[in-house]
Amino acid sequence: MLATAENIKSLHDTVLARLQEKFGEGILASQIEYDFPIFIVKRENIHEVLKFLKEDAAMNYHFLTSMCGLHYPEDKGREFGVMYQLHNMPENKRIRIKTFFPENNCEVPTATTLWPTANWMERQEYDFFGINFKGHPDLRRILNMDDITFFPMRKEFPLEDPTRDDKNDAMFGR
Amino acid sequence: MAIEEPKRSKLDISHSPAGIEGPGFFATSLEKAVGLARKNSIWPLPFATSCCGIEFMATMASNYDLGRFGSERLSFSPRQADLLMVMGTIAKKMGPVLKQVYEQMAEPRWVLSMGACASSGGIFDTYSVLQGIDRIIPVDVYIPGCPPRPEQVLDGIMQIQRLVETESLRRRDSDEYKAMMTKYGME
Repeated sequence: MLATAENIKSLHDTVLARLQEKFGEGILASQIEYDFPIFIVKRENIHEVLKFLKEDAAMNYHFLTSMCGLHYPEDKGREFGVMYQLHNMPENKRIRIKTFFPENNCEVPTATTLWPTANWMERQEYDFFGINFKGHPDLRRILNMDDITFFPMRKEFPLEDPTRDDKNDAMFGR
Repeated sequence: MAIEEPKRSKLDISHSPAGIEGPGFFATSLEKAVGLARKNSIWPLPFATSCCGIEFMATMASNYDLGRFGSERLSFSPRQADLLMVMGTIAKKMGPVLKQVYEQMAEPRWVLSMGACASSGGIFDTYSVLQGIDRIIPVDVYIPGCPPRPEQVLDGIMQIQRLVETESLRRRDSDEYKAMMTKYGME
């Protein structure tokens, strides 16, 4: 499939119709950003939606390209999220699935049962955002040091190294 | 037919240290003789993690030729190396590895920190990057630059040579040196 505006629109409409038919209220919203249809799904449905998209013959999104954590601290009640990028290779169709959840209940079902490749990606999301993937076989840090005490990609943590004292407000506008 | 004068190289290989010279003999202190030998046979261990390592490769290659300084033999085992050359960004996770490599080197050992990242963290003022290797191991010479040119690396090596040449044989036994090592949590 060529990524023309019409093709993306029709892909978005087809997938949205299928998902709404199957999950109804579980699909919260959808949009098109650049050449990606995006579907926002309730956390309770996320595993079923992914399973459906992977296994349904008409959908056939059999490949998990990428995952990433999301943090919008000002969006109360849905501060954290996870994005899944799926690929239907035979037809070259790509979509994104997002789900959001509150900070005090920062967990989401694992996708490792569907795609083994989700294992390390979920460990990375845990490492950087502290998202707890329920059912993950080995949820521990993967890139940062084991003894790090915080989740560095959360917005409340400063990017700069806190141990550095040679840069002060007078010189570098900190 | 005139006999040609034998051609002499104008290259100055190495200065002899100060001493007493006469016909057929030369006397100097052991320290100076050892310094002269060490200075011209430094085995560097390249700990190259990023673009400074590329500049170091240029320094080793024929154009700049670190071999002219007696350092053409790189040592990839810390136990045989005299000089640890840290070139590139050191992530905090890499810190313990670097420290272990340093601890495995035999005395006397020297450390050269090449480039902004190794010396201060450079542009990577971030939670995951060590803000200068001197936080975990003592450093003898810093080379500024991002990355430094091979000429600067050569200058850094020559600074190291100067230290090696003039270092007292007893320096590593001194209280000052031991106090510094204790500060870094070694020995």
